[in-house]
Amino acid sequence: MRELTYLEAVREAMSQEMRDNEDVFVLGEDIGVYGGAFGVTRGMIEEFGPERIRNTPISEAAISGTAVGAALTGMRPILELQFSDFMTIAMDNMVNQAAKIRYMYGGKGKVPMVLRTPAGSGTGAAAQHSQSLEAWMAHIPGLKVVQPSTAYDAKGLLKAAIDDDNPVIFYEHKLCYRTKSDVPEELYSIPLGKADIKKQGTDVTIVATAIMVHRALEAAEELEKEGIHAEVIDPRTLVPLDIDTIVQSVQKTGRLVVVHEAVKRGGFGGEIASLIAESEAFDYLDAPIKRLGGKAVPIPYNPELEKAAVPGVADIVTAVKETLNRL
Amino acid sequence: MTQKLKLPPQVKETELRDLYKQMWLIRFFEEKVDEFFAKGMIHGTTHLSVGQEASAVGSIAVLEEQDKITSTHRGHGHCIAKGATVNGMMAELFGRTTGYCKGKGGSMHIADVDKGNLGANGIVGGGFAIAAGAALTSQMKNAGYVVLCFFGDGASNEGSFHEAINLASIWKLPVVFICENNQYGMSGPVREMINIEDIAARAASYGIPGKVVDGNDVFDVMNGVSEAVERARNGEGPSIIEAKTYRSKGHSKSDAKKYRTREEEKEWQLRDPIKLMAEVLIEEGIFTQQEADQIKAEAKKEIEESVEFAKNSPEPTLDALMEDIYA
Repeated sequence: MRELTYLEAVREAMSQEMRDNEDVFVLGEDIGVYGGAFGVTRGMIEEFGPERIRNTPISEAAISGTAVGAALTGMRPILELQFSDFMTIAMDNMVNQAAKIRYMYGGKGKVPMVLRTPAGSGTGAAAQHSQSLEAWMAHIPGLKVVQPSTAYDAKGLLKAAIDDDNPVIFYEHKLCYRTKSDVPEELYSIPLGKADIKKQGTDVTIVATAIMVHRALEAAEELEKEGIHAEVIDPRTLVPLDIDTIVQSVQKTGRLVVVHEAVKRGGFGGEIASLIAESEAFDYLDAPIKRLGGKAVPIPYNPELEKAAVPGVADIVTAVKETLNRL
Repeated sequence: MTQKLKLPPQVKETELRDLYKQMWLIRFFEEKVDEFFAKGMIHGTTHLSVGQEASAVGSIAVLEEQDKITSTHRGHGHCIAKGATVNGMMAELFGRTTGYCKGKGGSMHIADVDKGNLGANGIVGGGFAIAAGAALTSQMKNAGYVVLCFFGDGASNEGSFHEAINLASIWKLPVVFICENNQYGMSGPVREMINIEDIAARAASYGIPGKVVDGNDVFDVMNGVSEAVERARNGEGPSIIEAKTYRSKGHSKSDAKKYRTREEEKEWQLRDPIKLMAEVLIEEGIFTQQEADQIKAEAKKEIEESVEFAKNSPEPTLDALMEDIYA
């Protein structure tokens, strides 16, 4: 099978959907001839024209609300928000409008839109362009939240997100953009709410999201050398969350490490840890659940400080060993 | 026909009785709601547009069936003028399953998406971009409909005003922004919150027409909006119409109105929009005083019946709590 980068997989999913469905279009800042801040939409305006690859003014409040209004009246917009940090400016439309319209209106009307946005640190972009704010959105009933970690998942999940009749926040980790995996040429859908076991194991369950999936897999490989078999689970979507797959894994391994890049305090890892503590897997736990997350600090510019602000492979290895009393 | 009764091409003389009735339906609906809040028969809050009926009725009178509106937190008038049944509205305020939102939205979220009412909005300025998005759908699908976006003087100071009107202007979207300047944003007098005489003058910064109309004169409103709607329908882009009017009641149910004088209120009452409309229609021989009284009585009866309908409608069961969050 052919390999694609994560970035190309996102572009391919959009392009194939747009060829199939006239109602799908993309809007966002600098997504036209420029190709988007990260190049995700490069070449698309040439194929689809400026009507469907809509270059917008720098107006996050307007373009997010315009996407809501277009979705409510029959289109299926994909909004590219240049950096996920700018969610603060689009927040009202996503939280107070998109998420609530259907419920407030008693089940009439729907808002089938996808907000795609690059998230995370590791690019030296510092405090206002490096955050991982997915827990904010996962907190809001009415939204769905997707965080793919591989090219294969990105393509299938994006198709599912575009086809979904609800507002979906689709986080693309910047460091994942250049990662590659086998991606089928035909369009396929990965259902929202289905976790993926990225590596089977028996000794400990590592639940990781976005770029941390890659770091967890690297950590798992190192741990194998010491005879520790870690199972790595990528929930892929936070809302809906496939908690069953995690529960089953913890029942098997008896140990859980949750890792994400977002600040640990108030992060989604706390939700996963709590769900496990409340579940039938609790009795199977042989060690306290461990959470790894970003330090409670704005992402700094200096590359060494930046790295130190979020979990690395060594942190995951250490956390796993701690749960196993193997330090 | 004399000068006073100059009708725009979209409004026929035969419709005037109905429009006059709409004015009374709005007035009686809101007076009834006011009474029920005072008696504690309805809970939550509500925002009344008593005194502003002409801007709702006059604006919507020039629309075609397929056209759409976005409304505000002070939206009962817009709903009635767009064809909502007072039964469904009253039932909603009573929180009953027969209400427009099955009792889940209340006064601030009445919507009828299928009939082109994209909803009242609890967020001041929340409708601007949604209206632009609905207009974008019309443009992209070549659907031919126009969107009226109602907003208040207070909302014109929100950032969304600037962003969405700029966007609508550069894309020549078929939307008309209708400012109901009722002199107060909650307690904030427009003369203290805005440093220009006319909000319509802001249109100049977007390269679009801005026009002030007498918001208490239903005919002046319809003529002003008519031109803007035609312009939008012809693909020439948006306009701002500012209807100068007055909010006779307080901001919401708990308002001692300390920020304004009783004299000012009395002065505006002399120009009551319903009284003004009746005077013109009687003078022009459209109906007699007796017929006018009869129309008023019909409206009153319909509101009384809506109260009975609402009271006799079922409360939602608790199962409904978790329904309609997602499509």
